[in-house]
Amino acid sequence: MTLLTPQSGDIPLPVPGPISGPYWQGCREGILRFQRCSDCGASTHTPALMCAACASMSLEWVDSSGRGEIYSWTRVWRPVTPAFVTPYVPIIVTMEEGWFILSNLVGCEDDAVAIGQPVEVVFHNSGGTDDIVLPYFQRA
Amino acid sequence: MGHPFRDVAIVGVHNTKQARVLEGHDSQSIALEAALGAIADAGLEPRDIDGVVGGIASNFLYQSRIGPAWRSMSPLGIPAVIEGAMAIACGLANTVLIATGEAGSYRQHASTAPWTRPTNEFVAAYGMFTAAEFALMARRHMHMYGTTPESMAHVAATIRNNGHVNPEAVYFGRGPFTAADVLESRMVADPFHLLDCAMTSEGGTALVLTRADRIDDTAKMPVFLLGGGTDHYGPSYQHPPVWDLGGVRRPDLIAGHVGRRAAEEAFATAGLGPSDVDVCEFYDPFSFELLRQFEAFGFCAEGEGGDYVMSGVIEPGGRHPITTDGGTMSFSHGGASVQLFQRVIRGVQQLRGECVSSQVADAEVAMCTGGGSGALFTDVLLLGKERP
Ligand SMILES: [Zn+2]
Repeated sequence: MTLLTPQSGDIPLPVPGPISGPYWQGCREGILRFQRCSDCGASTHTPALMCAACASMSLEWVDSSGRGEIYSWTRVWRPVTPAFVTPYVPIIVTMEEGWFILSNLVGCEDDAVAIGQPVEVVFHNSGGTDDIVLPYFQRA
Repeated sequence: MGHPFRDVAIVGVHNTKQARVLEGHDSQSIALEAALGAIADAGLEPRDIDGVVGGIASNFLYQSRIGPAWRSMSPLGIPAVIEGAMAIACGLANTVLIATGEAGSYRQHASTAPWTRPTNEFVAAYGMFTAAEFALMARRHMHMYGTTPESMAHVAATIRNNGHVNPEAVYFGRGPFTAADVLESRMVADPFHLLDCAMTSEGGTALVLTRADRIDDTAKMPVFLLGGGTDHYGPSYQHPPVWDLGGVRRPDLIAGHVGRRAAEEAFATAGLGPSDVDVCEFYDPFSFELLRQFEAFGFCAEGEGGDYVMSGVIEPGGRHPITTDGGTMSFSHGGASVQLFQRVIRGVQQLRGECVSSQVADAEVAMCTGGGSGALFTDVLLLGKERP
């Protein structure tokens, strides 16, 4: 068994764009944000210009509770590049507000992952820079 | 309206030698060898080509001075075959070459292959690559339906054994494999062991399509497109691979069943159903994808793919033998696109009856596929011996 921790090597970091800027700014402030449609109320992620449910262009940024549950998971033993320490556990989380996010599970043993497990967001500046802070998830 | 592909035939196919490393080759040289091989297989000359699909085939256009000619930059694989056929059916070209190849682009294996690694800002930092993307789909299926690693391992062993007996496969003679061998191989991305996954290799491949009224001038038995379709949900590996991802137009068609609509359309065009398929040349990036495709295409009910692949249908001699040359697990996975054509190549070889191994006796209909749930797309092509 291995205690899962955020990556600390030379991993590829996101380069925020004009659409995703508010999302990454929220992460820097310790807030996980998603977009909600002002017209139909649908939640969306990854950052978009248009509502996926009704095609409205009126999306507003909303703070998430940061809580959800594991929808699916895998445990990786062959790293995508040597910068990643194994094992690491990619997960898809269903957030309380009804949107999906891809992340990694941290803060528990690698065999403690299960579908339906309640989790909460936790932030780490994995690249050693405060400019980019990544959302990870730990058991709630 | 008549059949959309009635006036089109596949008349030439060719795989170059496939290997882990093809010394002395680059992508251009191996694709050229493939192109000339397919043209020769058709009994034609380069100057008979007046249409090409793909960037490397575009280079062939210049090298062989057969321009001016019709050209498409369609995504490679089954969409390219369908577009080449459409060009002929629409009268934009008479004889279309589709060729690709890859060599020399991935020989340092510290990282996974470049075509498996996304650069997207929402996935790259989490160590995602194709095996992890597909594993997230497979894990969800296991959770919903109790699908077992043993059923996936049986698929992998079956395909790898097809490659074991195929002298043209990169991993010829590496077996035979049992499901236990697959389960004992090292874990890559849970639930996928090393032997549940595609390999990496190098090679070239090509096809030639022509007008059906010209088949008297070609060398071998023509093969016809009975129907086809492509199902895509968006760019691969940029958004979470959610099994339940749906759409506003057809909420019943979720990403976990990607390929269902394409298969329904292909079967409707062909006037056929799953029971008519003699050879299942299904794309095999990961073992799980085979049992998923049987569900998506209607060979069995949702959730029953695991039991279905264990019921004796997928082996040589079974009713629906799969991936008969060894697929991407054992025959070849020549890069970003080469292998996406090789289910079609094999389907043609099966209908011609010219396979050097695992020939399905009297095969009349082959179902060829590409893509997979983890990539959010699946393409389908039905091939037959009878002109539709
Ligand atoms: Zn909306």
